[in-house]
Amino acid sequence: MRLPMLAAALVAAAPVAAQAPTTLIKNATVLTVSRGTLANTDVLLRGGKIAAIGQNLAAPAGATTIDATGKYVMPGIIDPHSHLMSDAINEGSLSVTSMVRIADVLNPTDRGIYRAAAGGVTTINILHGSANTIGGQNATVKLKPGRTVQEMLVPGAPPGIKFALGENVTRKNSSTVIVQGQSPAPRRYPTSRMGQAEVLRDAFTRAKAYRAEWTDYRARTARGEKGLVPPRTDLELEPLVEVLEGRRLVHAHSYRADEMLMLLNLADEFGFKIQTLQHGLEGYKIASEIAKHGAGLSSFADSWSYKIEAYDAIPHNVAILLRKGVNATINSDSDERIRRLNIDAARLVRYGDLTEEEALRIITLNGAIQLGIEQRTGSLDIGKDADLAIWTAHPLSVYARVETTFADGEVTFDRARDLAAREALAAERKALEAKEGSR
Amino acid sequence: MSRITLATLGGLLLATAPAAAQLGSYNPRAGARETLVIRNAMIHPVTGPVIARGSLVVSDGRITAIGATVTEPTGARVIDANGLHVWPGMMDGATRMGLSEIPQGANATVDASEVGDYTANAQAINGLNPHSAHIGVTRMAGITHVVSAPTGGTISGSAALVHLGGDTPPEMSVVRNAAMVITLPRRGFGGRGGFGGFGGQAPGSTQDADRARERQLDSLRAVLADARAYAAAHAAAKADPSLPRPAEDLVLAALGPAVAGTMPVLFNADRAGDIREAITFAEAEKLKPIIIGGADAWQVASLLKEKDVPVVLTGIMGLPSREDDPYDVNFSAPSVLAKAGVRFAISAGDDGAEVRNLPQVAGMAAAFGLAKEDALKAVTLWPAQIFGVADRLGSLEVGKMANVVVTDGDILEARTRPVHLIIDGRVVPLGSKHEALYEMFKDRP
Repeated sequence: MRLPMLAAALVAAAPVAAQAPTTLIKNATVLTVSRGTLANTDVLLRGGKIAAIGQNLAAPAGATTIDATGKYVMPGIIDPHSHLMSDAINEGSLSVTSMVRIADVLNPTDRGIYRAAAGGVTTINILHGSANTIGGQNATVKLKPGRTVQEMLVPGAPPGIKFALGENVTRKNSSTVIVQGQSPAPRRYPTSRMGQAEVLRDAFTRAKAYRAEWTDYRARTARGEKGLVPPRTDLELEPLVEVLEGRRLVHAHSYRADEMLMLLNLADEFGFKIQTLQHGLEGYKIASEIAKHGAGLSSFADSWSYKIEAYDAIPHNVAILLRKGVNATINSDSDERIRRLNIDAARLVRYGDLTEEEALRIITLNGAIQLGIEQRTGSLDIGKDADLAIWTAHPLSVYARVETTFADGEVTFDRARDLAAREALAAERKALEAKEGSR
Repeated sequence: MSRITLATLGGLLLATAPAAAQLGSYNPRAGARETLVIRNAMIHPVTGPVIARGSLVVSDGRITAIGATVTEPTGARVIDANGLHVWPGMMDGATRMGLSEIPQGANATVDASEVGDYTANAQAINGLNPHSAHIGVTRMAGITHVVSAPTGGTISGSAALVHLGGDTPPEMSVVRNAAMVITLPRRGFGGRGGFGGFGGQAPGSTQDADRARERQLDSLRAVLADARAYAAAHAAAKADPSLPRPAEDLVLAALGPAVAGTMPVLFNADRAGDIREAITFAEAEKLKPIIIGGADAWQVASLLKEKDVPVVLTGIMGLPSREDDPYDVNFSAPSVLAKAGVRFAISAGDDGAEVRNLPQVAGMAAAFGLAKEDALKAVTLWPAQIFGVADRLGSLEVGKMANVVVTDGDILEARTRPVHLIIDGRVVPLGSKHEALYEMFKDRP
C-alpha cells in the first residue's frame, strides 16, 4: 500500500467539508491503525477527507504542505464517554428520563474543546450522567473550536441513549450525585440493584405495549379503517421503541459484573442489544458473557478504588476483554483526562500485553465501531474523514506531544499557532484588566 | 552462589494471590534482607552519569558498590539484568498512602483527618494501613517511598515518610514525623480570578471573609507562639530542676520541631496569593516551608527562588484554572520553575490509588519543556532533598538505602514493565491486587 492512491469518489464531498483546506503531510510515520505502520509516508487531506496515502505525493495547487519528517501521524482519538460541552448532565428528578437530549444543552464555546483537540482528540460521545437508570439521548460530536453545535454533530451518526446501573443510580453514595439545587440527593426509587432491574423491566414493558398500540393503529389504518384516534405520542417511550427496534444504541454505565449480566439478560429477554457497557470495570469477570451478547465495552484505563464498586477494577480489564473477542475501548469521562488518552492507552501495553496497534485501536477505530461511525472515521484510510493528529514522537510515548490536529480536514489545534498567539492574548488581557480599574 | 532468573509475574502470583476479598491483604511480602548483585545492567544513578553496563551490590539494606566493575561479595544472590535498566526507586512527596482506601462511600476506610483545627499531634504513621492495596500497585510502578500526609483543619498533624516494602508501619518508617501539615485559611475568592462560575461572592461578604481569615491567622500565630513558649519552658525546666515543670501538652509538644525550624512544614497552597502568604507567614514564624500543590507557583517563581522555598507540584495534570490560560500551563509549569532555579519535586497529586501514575506525570512535564534528566530527578533526588533525606534516598550511591528498581525500559514511560523490585534491601515479589485478580480471571472460560 505504498503507492499513491487517489479516491475519485471523494471529490463529491459535502458542501461544508468541501471548504476544508487541502493539506499535504509529508514524510511521516503513519500509524494507520487498520493496516499497520507506514514509514516515510505522505497523507493528503482534501475536501475534509483523506484523499491519498502514499510516498512522494505531489502537492495539489493551493495545498498547504507540512514537513512531518521524524513525526508520527495517527487517527484522531475517539472518546466514547465524555461530558464535555454539557451545560447540564442529569435530569435527576426521575429515574427514567429517556426524553431528554444532551444536544439541547451543548455549549460550543467550552474551552475544553480546544484543550481536548490539543491532546489529539477529534470525536467524542457526549453522554448524560449516571444519576438515572435511563439518562437521556447522546450526541456524537467532532471537536471543532469556533464552530456551532450543528456543525460539530457527526452527520449520520446513529443515535444513542445512556443507561446507568449501580451506586450512582441507587444514590448509596449521594455525594457523587449532585442534583442542581438539591444536595444531598433525596431518596428515590430505585435504591437498590433489585429496584433498578425492575425500573428497566417496567420501562421496556411499557415501551413494548406502546409499540403494540402503534403497530395496531398503523395496521388498522392500512386496512382502511376510518375515524381512528392515533395513540398519544409518548416522548419517554419513543426512544425506547427505537432501542427495541435496533435504531438507537444503548450505552450503559455499569461497574459490577452482576449488574452488567442482569442488563445483558434483560436485553436478551426483550430482544434488544447493548451497544456498549460504559466503564464496565468488572467486565473482565464476565468477558465471555459480554462477548456472547455482542456488547462492546468502554473502560477506564486504570482508574480504581475511588468508590466501592470500583475496588475490583484492574487495568488488565481491556486486555482480557479483547482476548475474548469483545470490542473494547478506553474513555476519559473527564475534561482533564481526555487530553492524554494516548498515555492511558500506553499503560495497557504494560497491563495485559496489548500490542501497540491494539493500544492505538482502543482509542480510535474501536471507538468508531462503538459509536457506529467506523465507515467515516477511526483509522487512516482513503475516503475516511480527515480526522488525525501529528505527534512529535510515537503517541504511546510519554514524551510525545501533539503538533497539529485536524477534524474533517480543518485544523482544530496547532501548537505553533497557539504559541504565536500567546503574546497577543497576554497583551489583550492586560489591556482589559487596565480598563476595569482596581482589581 | 545462588542465581535467580527473571521469574514470570504469573509464577510469583500463583504463590501470593489471596482469596477474593473486597478489602484484604494483596501485597506480596518482601523477602528478608540479603546480599544481592545486579549484573550487566544499564544503571541510572541520577547523581552521576549513566553506566552503560555495570553492576550494583546490595548488602544489609544498603547499596555497597556500584560501577562498571565491582567486587562481588561471595555468597551473594545474583540478578542478571542483561538488557535491563536499573533506577533508584521513585518518591512521591504528597500522598495519603494508606490513610484513604476508598474515599467515596466507605468512610471506614478513610483515616486521613482528625476532628479539630489544631491536631498537630495526629500522626499519619498511626493511621497508615500497611496492607492497603494501593501500596502494592504503587510500588509495581517503581515508586518505593512516599510521604503520606494527613489533611483537614488548620494544623492537620504530621506526615510520615515511609518506604513501601514493610509489613508494619514501624518497619516502613523512614522518617516517622517527616513534616507538619498546615493549611492557611485561603484568601477570599473576591469575584475576579475565580473560575467555573464559583468565583463570585456577594458584595460585602469579601470583607467579612477577610476579617474571619485574619482571626484564624491570629489564632494560628498564637498556637505557634504557645508552642515556642512551651518548648522554652520545658528546656528551662530541664536545665534548672528548681523550676516548675510545665504541664504536658501533646499538641504543643508535637509542634516543637516545626517551630524550632528542624521539621519542615508543608503548606497546602495552589494560588499565587496563597503561596506568597505561606512564604511570608513561614518567614515571620521562622518555619521551614515546603509548598504542596503549587499550581500557580510558576507565577511566583522569583519569590520562591529568592526565599529558597521548595515546591511539591501536585497539579501538573490538572486543567488550567483560568479560561485564558495556555492549554499546557500546568504541563509546562515544571519547566518554568526549573528555568527559574526553583527547587521542586513532581507528585502524582493523588491520595493513593493513582500515585502509580507518577512517572507519567514527570514524563508529561518532559514533553512540555523539562529536560528528561530533570524529570527523573523530580521524582527521585529532588523530593529526597526537599524532605531532607537525600543522604539516604533519591539516587543510586554507595551507602544509600537500597530502594532499587529494575525495568525493561525508560522508567517514566507508561509501557515500561518492572522486572525486579528491591526495597530496603529486600526483594519484593512483583504482584498486587490487580495482578492477583488478573491471574484469577484471565483464563475464565
